[in-house]
This record gives sequence, structure tokens and C-alpha cells, in this order.
Amino acid sequence: MNPNDLRYAETHEWVHIGDDNVATVGLTAHAIEALTDLVYMDLPTAGTAVSSGSAFGEVESVKATSDLYSPVDGEVVDVNTALPDNLDTLNTDPYGDGWIIKVKISDEGSLEKLMDHAAYEKMCSEEG
Amino acid sequence: MAITTTRENLTQQDAFIHRHIGPSPDEIQQMLKTLGLSSLEELVETTVPTSILLDEELDLPEPSPEHLALDRLRSYADQNQVFKSYIGMGYYNTHVPNVILRNVLENPGWYTAYTPYQAEIAQGRLESLLNFQQVIMDMTGMEMANASLLDEATAAAEAMALAKRASKHASNTFFIADDVHPQTYDVVVTRAKYFGFKIITGPVDEFPSEEIFGALIQYPGSSGRVTDVEPFIAKAHEQKALVAVATDLLSLAMLKPPGEMDADIVIGSAQRFGVPMGFGGPHAAFFATRDAYKRSAPGRIIGVSKDQNGKTALRMAMQTREQHIRRDKATSNICTAQALLANMAAFYAVYHGPDGIRTIARRVHQMASTFASGVRAIGLSVEHDHFFDTVVVDVEDANSIHKRASEAGVNFRKLDEKRIGVSVDETTTSCDIQQLLSIIAGKDTGSTFDTAGHDSEVAIPEALLRETEYLQHPVFNSHHSETDMLRYMKHLENRDFSLTHGMIPLGSCTMKLNATAEMIPVTWPEFANLHPFAPADQVAGYHAMIRELEKWLVEITGYDAISMQPNSGAQGEYAGLLAIRRYHESIGEGSRSICLIPSSAHGTNPASASMAGLKVVVVATDDDGNIDMADLKAKADEHGKNISSLMITYPSTHGVFEETVREACEIVHSHGGQVYMDGANLNALVGVSAPGLIGSDVSHLNLHKTFCIPHGGGGPGMGPIGVKSHLAPFLSNHVVSPIDGMGTGDNGAVSAAPFGSAAILPISWAYIYMMGGSGLKKATQVAILNANYIANRLQGKYEVLYKGRNDRVAHECIIDIRPIKSATEITEEDIAKRLMDFGFHAPTMSWPVPGTIMIEPTESESKSELDRFCDALLKIREEIDVIASGQLTNEESALHFAPHTMEDIVNAEWDRKYSREEAVFPSAATRRSKFWPAVNRIDNVYGDRNFVCSCPPMSAYEDE
Repeated sequence: MNPNDLRYAETHEWVHIGDDNVATVGLTAHAIEALTDLVYMDLPTAGTAVSSGSAFGEVESVKATSDLYSPVDGEVVDVNTALPDNLDTLNTDPYGDGWIIKVKISDEGSLEKLMDHAAYEKMCSEEG
Repeated sequence: MAITTTRENLTQQDAFIHRHIGPSPDEIQQMLKTLGLSSLEELVETTVPTSILLDEELDLPEPSPEHLALDRLRSYADQNQVFKSYIGMGYYNTHVPNVILRNVLENPGWYTAYTPYQAEIAQGRLESLLNFQQVIMDMTGMEMANASLLDEATAAAEAMALAKRASKHASNTFFIADDVHPQTYDVVVTRAKYFGFKIITGPVDEFPSEEIFGALIQYPGSSGRVTDVEPFIAKAHEQKALVAVATDLLSLAMLKPPGEMDADIVIGSAQRFGVPMGFGGPHAAFFATRDAYKRSAPGRIIGVSKDQNGKTALRMAMQTREQHIRRDKATSNICTAQALLANMAAFYAVYHGPDGIRTIARRVHQMASTFASGVRAIGLSVEHDHFFDTVVVDVEDANSIHKRASEAGVNFRKLDEKRIGVSVDETTTSCDIQQLLSIIAGKDTGSTFDTAGHDSEVAIPEALLRETEYLQHPVFNSHHSETDMLRYMKHLENRDFSLTHGMIPLGSCTMKLNATAEMIPVTWPEFANLHPFAPADQVAGYHAMIRELEKWLVEITGYDAISMQPNSGAQGEYAGLLAIRRYHESIGEGSRSICLIPSSAHGTNPASASMAGLKVVVVATDDDGNIDMADLKAKADEHGKNISSLMITYPSTHGVFEETVREACEIVHSHGGQVYMDGANLNALVGVSAPGLIGSDVSHLNLHKTFCIPHGGGGPGMGPIGVKSHLAPFLSNHVVSPIDGMGTGDNGAVSAAPFGSAAILPISWAYIYMMGGSGLKKATQVAILNANYIANRLQGKYEVLYKGRNDRVAHECIIDIRPIKSATEITEEDIAKRLMDFGFHAPTMSWPVPGTIMIEPTESESKSELDRFCDALLKIREEIDVIASGQLTNEESALHFAPHTMEDIVNAEWDRKYSREEAVFPSAATRRSKFWPAVNRIDNVYGDRNFVCSCPPMSAYEDE
């Protein structure tokens, strides 16, 4: 996926809105770099309800731990279960094979807060 | 020349002060001069806020030389009576192998080491702790184990927390079987309250009808009963509840282990593996669970990884579970563990091996069985047919038996008027059994029955006999002669950097002298061999010594009462917050649920607050590293009547005496909140100021920092709390052995034993007694002097991040490495590892500010050691400047490859851009005495991605 076409949450998740109102959610390259070497990932199971801004999982590096926040309201319909055992994928292909969950969106209003690529880039550069 | 003699130099009252304090009077004058000062008093007056200075000297005994302090402690020891204990309840007599006693417990090479965060110079105790984990996994039959917890009761409480977290069960009810040790039950109930869990109890044979998220059962039971717990576990699993089994390590040499019964968590104490009872501790508790729950497991876990060159290397794994990273979301508030005692238990297993352990277990069981036969032979009955080492005898009149026992120097467990408990152990002999039967019968039973064991039968059901092997790893099968054992322990010790090698300048951790005289009484039998629940009249010496120590701590802290119960600083935080909660409840303000904590706090603070059921609200710090008073006021106003407490550290975790501390206390008090002052930095206050004077209501005192209990390579600790009088009725009591003067009501225990790890209290007692009020004050002054001297010497080459009034630091200083990193990509870790090449343990890294190092020299380091350390850091700065100037890249530098091992320099190929000499002999001091790191820099990522917490096969070490 092309980062330019994605939308972004302040908490560094990217979202791609696909057919049937299913959102693919991943973590941005910027966030993955900031977390340094990842060692562990905790993911939800399909069927879990998620809501915008609340945690659905967790990633850990050797030195830090970080919650994964859902950028949208809905229900998890698919989980990239291969990811926790292949964490390097997050570094090599964060916007493709590194996707994390797919969510059937229940409330499109939850999309309104998301940024476009330019706004996200600006936020990251301001964060330093 | 006239020789003048004064009374002072005849008695040498203050002899110890000069042994404890590193710099000589001349050196102190030189250092003061460097700082432009004329006296230690002037240093304190210009550094510590005037508003909090004590205006009187501490009212403590005069300083005392070592031999007089030991005489006085001896008189306390003599007031204790060492009865033969058959009380059991998780504490047993044991033969501490003498080779372990002298070379580990009494050896500063083991007891003065720090927690193994700098793994490259800690491979010895990491290997031993890995052995401990292997012992626990083998004996319990579980997939993984941690490297110890504080005691069995808190391990049980941690098991409850894991059961809730890992089961994700909707129920809030936890079941505790009625045959669990009463002290364990009490601690778990205390813990459950503020987690919001309901506790139900009942026999293990009847599964509760109410839905539960987890259960704690004991196998063998507290009464000694051995029963099949597998049906209970299976029923629990049907409703997706997790089961924790409290067990006895030695019994598992004969009994089917809980892991083979599908237990989810197995906990207990490793005390009887060669660690004295010590009137309650310290000993290592263990915690084992399934691999699937490893990320929810509490405490430190040692894991196998590799170093830069691919060599097997050990280090602490999955640290992101811990409070220093995860704070209020941590799996537990535990920080200090019981490393020294876990190592002793591991060595006990190495020394005896599987055959030795099996022999001991069988002998213990045979003694119990012989005793039971004897009881029947004298016409009495035993309560349970199946047991390992503990027998409950039904009697006519228990009191008269206890009276006879007492006259014979024997303690039984007091159950009720008609029942007594008898637990035997590896020290029990046939003669002892004869004596016990005579006491119970009330007459000499002579040789009316056979105590040689012929009459005894195995009192364990066939189906519950252990069939699987344990301790099969070569390490448990190789070191059984004393010569081999001695060499194995020395081999490990030699890989570890301790205070016997050099300064360990860890900020916040206070690695000061642990004087030999302070340590000697710890292993005196009159302190070491007492059961924590021994009758009060047998432990009068302990009580008197503890009361005196409490009195002194009251004087030092400005509080009104002390509770010795908490086993660590974090445990003290929890106990203190409980006292605050109980106090608020008592005045009808139980709804106060907000805990204000500055962002710079120790991770244990938010983790403890969370365990006490409080919601953490973070208070910002300003650019100078102080509490942002405007933010504190705003948050205090916002939460008003909901404020339970403020947790602050003083001097601050940034190593500064904040001028506004009194005001901060007043703001919180004005809203009815309480102030918890973290005592981690109390060593910068003793004799100069006091928490009680500053305005706080409760503090824990890290006796293992300020009051000289050694760090033991990662524990033991002691974290007693001091409180103002209004909180005193809410200190923890003890259900088995009530503490004199403690209030009644809801004041459940936080530790298994009434006085925590009582056996190490003589250390702090001796320190205070030998230093006296004047010595303690001087220690504080010199600690502040040493830190400011270092800050001064590094000036211009490194940036000291935070300073207080007159540009002074307190007892430690934070050096900012971020500017270096942005210029050269050299990190604080590179500097820490390069310091190893110079023969130093690194300071605290990236705490409390990421990208910094925090240096705390303590008063015990001399000027020459401080200079050696500063010279090393200045030389490292030169190496950084070479990189900054572009002459060398970061990746080509010695900093990048540090630490260097002997193997590095004997390699035939040496294609580095610096010489072998620069690598390993970067200073003149290292030529005289070199400490060699055992491995190169360790790959933490590899180890956390490929988690292994058991002993690697010997082939992994063969490359060495």
C-alpha cells in the first residue's frame, strides 16, 4: 500500500479503508523505528469489538512497551497471526505484509479524526 | 616531641566511622576546597533548603567501635533460645552446607554484588540464578520459573494476580483452599481487597459452586495432608479458571509434581534448600508457570541469549514486564528479589544433586512415617493417613503437651486444644523421634517401637508417587565433592563484579559499604535458626533488638511508629499506601482513590499505587527537573476530595534538593490527602533533615540502601515503613504471630513473617550503633560531598542535567549523554560498557531520564577511587571527541566494541583501529588490577525473541 493513500491516527496507526467498509490497520514506519527492535506483539482474536482510541493490543521492544490503539470503531474480522513470529516484517514491509488487524467499521464517524499523510508527516516532524 | 593522650583516642569511640567513610579527613578538606567550601556544615547549609534543616543533633547512642557493638548484639542473641522447631508452616530446619555458608552467604564476593543489569560482568550469578530456575522447573514440573520472589505468601498473591490477568475471566471471585498456610491466606486476602476480588474458601475436595477466575490450593496441605489435587484442577479448567498450587520443594522429590497434574502456577519457598529460617527470612520464594503465561509472570526472569560474537550469554529477560518500564500497568510492583538466597538454594541442589535430594526427602518422609507409627503405638491417632513430612496428632490435652515440649526445648505447631502439628526435616534424627513421642506420651516411651525405620511405611498413595526424573542437567551431577563445589562457586564468583573489585556508582541504589562487623551476626545460630512463629518468650532478644532499631529509626525519620514487616522498598510502598487507605476509610473518606505521582518517580510508585486500587494521575516536572508546582496545584484542585495521596521522592529522583517540597506536602494536605515520601534517597537526609519534619505522613526506608544491608546481587531487601501517629493503627499485623502494639481491625499482613526478613536487621542495627548520631550525619554530608566532587570534576566535559541551589547536586548526579549521542551516535550504553574496560560497574542508565547516566558514589568511596572513576569518564570523553572530530567512526571505536574480553585480544587477527592495549588496559589502574568481562556485549533482542529460561546444554559453553 502506498503511504500517501492511507489515513493516520495520532497514535501512529495507519488505516486503509477497503471494500465492504473493512479497515486494514497497521503501525507506521515512523513508530516502528521509534520503538527500536521489537520482540513481542500481543494481538486480539477475530470477533473482538474495538473502539476508536482504545487499546486492542501491544507491542514490545527490549526497552519499551506500547499499546496499539484502534483508529476506528468496529469488530475485528481478521488478524495477521503470522506477525508475532515474524516481527521483522514490520520493519521490511510495514504498509503491506506488516498489516496487523482488519476491522469491520461500525461507525464511520470514527474516521473523521484521522489525518491524511501530509498531516501525519507534519505531526511526526513536530514531535521531533 | 610530646605525646598527648586524650580520652577520645584512648577509647576510639569513633573508630568505625573512619572505616565506613571512604575519604580521610585530609581528603575531605581537599575536596571541600575544590568546591570552594571550608566545612561539611557549610556544604549542607548551602545545598539543603534552610526550611527543612534539622536544628538539633540526632538523639542516638554515641558511636561505638566494632567489638563493643558485637558484644551488645551478642547479648541480644543470648536472650534468644534456639528450640528444636517442629512448627513447619513453610519454615524448616536445614543443614546449610558449610561450603555454601562460608563461600556464598558469608562472602562479600556474592553479597555485595548488584542486580545483574550489567550482564557482561554478572555472568556468574546469572548462571546460578538460571540454575535456580532449572531447579524450580524440574521439581515442580513446570515449563518456566522466575528467579525468585520475596516470600511464599506474596508469591501466592502474585499468583492470584496472574490468574486474573491470564484467564481474562469475567468472574471476580478467587478460591483459597482451607488447608493453605494461614499466613499465606492472610496476605492473599489483604492483596485481594484493593484488586476488588472476592475471596471464598472451602475444602479442596469440594469444588466451589460459585464461578471463580482462579484458585489457590496447597499440596501437601498446611496440615501435612497429601491428596490428589488433579480433580480440582480439572474442574477449574472446565470453567476456564486457573489454579495456583502452593507446594513444598523437598516433598516434590517424592510426590507427583503439580506440573504433571496440569497446574497453571506453582509457588512456594526454597528456604529448606539450605537457607536458615532466620526468624522469617530472607529466603527465596519461587514462582513457576506455563510458557504461555510468561509475559504475565512477575519478577525477574533470567534468559539465555548470545553476545556480539555469538557466544552463549545470560541476562535478565523480558524486562518490559517490569515496573521500571510499565509503571502502573506492570505485572507486579516487585523490584528487589531474593537473589542471594535463590543462589544458596540453587547451590544446595548443585551440591546434593538428584540422588542427594532424593535421599534427604526419603529420610524426612521416613522420619515422619516412623513418628506416625509411634503415635499410633502409644494409642493416639494421626489425622491424615497420607503425608510427606507433617503429621497432625489428635491428643487429649494439647496444652500440657506444649508445656512438656517447652521444658524439653521443643516447639510443636499449636493448632487447637486437641490437636498438635509436627513437621520433621532433614535435621531430625531417630533420637529426636523418640524424644517427641516421650513428650507426647508424657512418659519415657523407651524402645517400645522401632525407630530405625523398619516399622515405617510410605504414607503417600501409589498414584501420587513421583515417577519422573529431576535435576538431570550436568550442573547438578558434577560438583559433589567439596573441592569441585568450592571451585564451581569460585568460578562463578570470579565472573561477577562486586564491591570487592571497585566502586558501583549506581544512582538511587546506594552501593555503600556492607561492613564485615555488620554481617557477622546474621549467621549466629541465635539469629539464624529461629522459626518466625516461635513463642515470644524464646525470641526476646530479637524483640528487644527490633524495638531498639525501631526507636532509632523513629528518631532518624521524624515519624512516630515503624513497621518492620515489608520485605522490600516496593512492598513498603504498598504497605504505606494500605495504611493511608485504611486511615481514610476509618474517617469515612474511603472513596479517595487518586494518587498523584510526579513523572520522575520510581516505577514502583505507580505500580504499588495501582495494586492498592488507586488511580495514578501524573504530575509534570518542570525544565529544571522539579515537580511542576503549578501542575500539582491544578491537579490537586481538580481532584480535591478524591485525592488519596501524593507520592514523592526526596531528594528527588533527579538528585536535587527541591526547595518546594514543604509546599507540595501542604497542598496535598489542604485537600485531605496524605503524603507518601519514597525513602529511596533517605541516605541524603539522615541527620540533616527528616521526612517527618518535611511534612510527609509515611515513608519506606530501604535498609538495603541507607542502612547497609547488602544488595546480595539482586536481593534481599528490607523496606520497613515509618508513619505519623495517625497512621500507626493501620500498620500490618500478623495472623499467626500478632505483633505487640499493632492495632486491631482490618490490618492484614503484607508479608509471610511478622518482621519480614528479620535475620538481616542486625546489619542495620550494627550500622546505626557503630556510627552513632554524629557518624550518620557525617555519612550524609560526605555522600553529598562525594557527589558534588564528581559533578565538579566532570564539569566542562559532561553536562550535569539537574542542579539545585548554588548549582549543587544532592547525593547523586545525572550526566546528560543525549548531546553526545546526537553528535556522535555514541550512547549511554556504549559508555556504560566501556567503563567495564576501565574496571567499573556502570552507573544507572537511562533512569529517570532516557539518554542519561546517574552517578551515586556514596560516602564509602575514597577520593582516590572517585578520581579513578572521573579519570575513566574523562578518558572516555577524549575517545568520544576523536569520533566527534571525524578521525574515527563510531563503528570503529573502542566504545562500539566494549566491553572487551580476554578472547578479543588473544585473537590472532586484530584489525581494529585502536590497539589491544587501548582495548583492555585503558588506564594505569587496570594494569595493576584487571577485571575481565566474561562475555562481549550481549544481544538482548535475540534473547527476548528466542526465550529460553532453562540451563542450556553443556555444548553451549564448549566454545569457551
